[in-house]
Amino acid sequence: MELYLDLRSQPCRSVFMFAKLNAIPFDFKLVDLAKGEQYGEEFGKISPVRKVPVMKDGDFVLTESVAILQYLAEKHASRLPDHWYPADLRQRARVNEYLSWQQMNLRAHGSKVFLLKVGRRHYPFNTSLSTSALYVRVFVEELSQTVDVLDKYFLGEKLFLCGASISLADLVAVAEIMQPVSSGVDVFSGRPKLSAWCERVKKEVGVALFDEANAAIMTSGGVPQSLREAGLPQIFKDKFKKTFL
Amino acid sequence: MELYLDLRSQPCRSVFMFAKLNAIPFDFKLVDLAKGEQYGEEFGKISPVRKVPVMKDGDFVLTESVAILQYLAEKHASRLPDHWYPADLRQRARVNEYLSWQQMNLRAHGSKVFLLKVGLVEELSQTVDVLDKYFLGEKLFLCGASISLADLVAVAEIMQPVSSGVDVFSGRPKLSAWCERVKKEVGVALFDEANAAIMTSGGVPQSLREAGLPQIFKDKFKKTFL
Repeated sequence: MELYLDLRSQPCRSVFMFAKLNAIPFDFKLVDLAKGEQYGEEFGKISPVRKVPVMKDGDFVLTESVAILQYLAEKHASRLPDHWYPADLRQRARVNEYLSWQQMNLRAHGSKVFLLKVGRRHYPFNTSLSTSALYVRVFVEELSQTVDVLDKYFLGEKLFLCGASISLADLVAVAEIMQPVSSGVDVFSGRPKLSAWCERVKKEVGVALFDEANAAIMTSGGVPQSLREAGLPQIFKDKFKKTFL
Repeated sequence: MELYLDLRSQPCRSVFMFAKLNAIPFDFKLVDLAKGEQYGEEFGKISPVRKVPVMKDGDFVLTESVAILQYLAEKHASRLPDHWYPADLRQRARVNEYLSWQQMNLRAHGSKVFLLKVGLVEELSQTVDVLDKYFLGEKLFLCGASISLADLVAVAEIMQPVSSGVDVFSGRPKLSAWCERVKKEVGVALFDEANAAIMTSGGVPQSLREAGLPQIFKDKFKKTFL
């Protein structure tokens, strides 16, 4: 089984953590987004959609991290703890509910904030610092409201998002939340329950694996080290332009 | 079982079509978005997230249309045809792949076009190309030779920009044939019933035009396009 990944990407991190944590063997195939490798001929043959992550299990190619996680959880169900993707109809529905909601909420808003905070230092949006500062405030506020839903509706008084044990939902959520956090937005400030949840997830994943997954985006100053070294690539600028029109 | 719906909303339409088509009994609870009923006290007790659709099965409340569809398909698996949400690992993965991809693609871009019928049509067009070439390809339906959840979700989404006058089928004969196929599987009567709330002439849904463009619509417009 091959996993085509760039750990700068949140969906890649959740798949990576799940596979490693559960000893699902795979070949790590790096698709370096900073170098535009997703646009290369070779990767195009694997997946014409040209996004990461991609899973290739024998001759079966699958895109979309949520689908990959569901597939791996179901494939290895007989040897994995049930809590990852419960067999019970209603418990599973709760995990599916989170996996669905997060796409246009935590994932979308967290990505926007990351892109804007990292991008505006290198690519003056609208050539006006005050204008881009406004955008940062607006999108950080939007993210804050989304994190409130994560905190109050999904986590509530529970230990993990979907119950007393960790599930796919927690891996996906923690991967997404690290993106804006790595760009300097402290979503945990004033949210002690959410902060405690994050520590709990980190403990379940294991600090070594958690740090390994997040190494590509952790930095000082908000710009991922690896991006800073590579220079802000054209595709990043294009994505920045496209996201903020 | 209760379904809280407004059929102007794409995710509501896919859940509605699936339940009706498969004779899953439910009480239709209208949450009129044009009147802002999602912000009312009563609906807030059902779901603090204040979006539609919401399913209430006994004491079990579930949001997110994709999760609702998966739940209903799994719950009734023993009496429904397998093709809706196949039990086979890889076939199911294909349906899950579509259900995941569509959130930030056809759903996001189709919604945007409905709200603003200009400029972003190109973005939608590129997304519809992916739907056409990658997901449909040479197949009869999105995930194989039979209809699945993915087709219901896709047709519900694609009707949104189409209803606002954007002809995504023009120049896409395979996609057009797929849509006709899905319509046939669903049944014209049910398909029309599901889409009644958004079909109109002139691009503005009749029901919205009569109500006057509500404040929540203006807010959403502003929020989406800043």
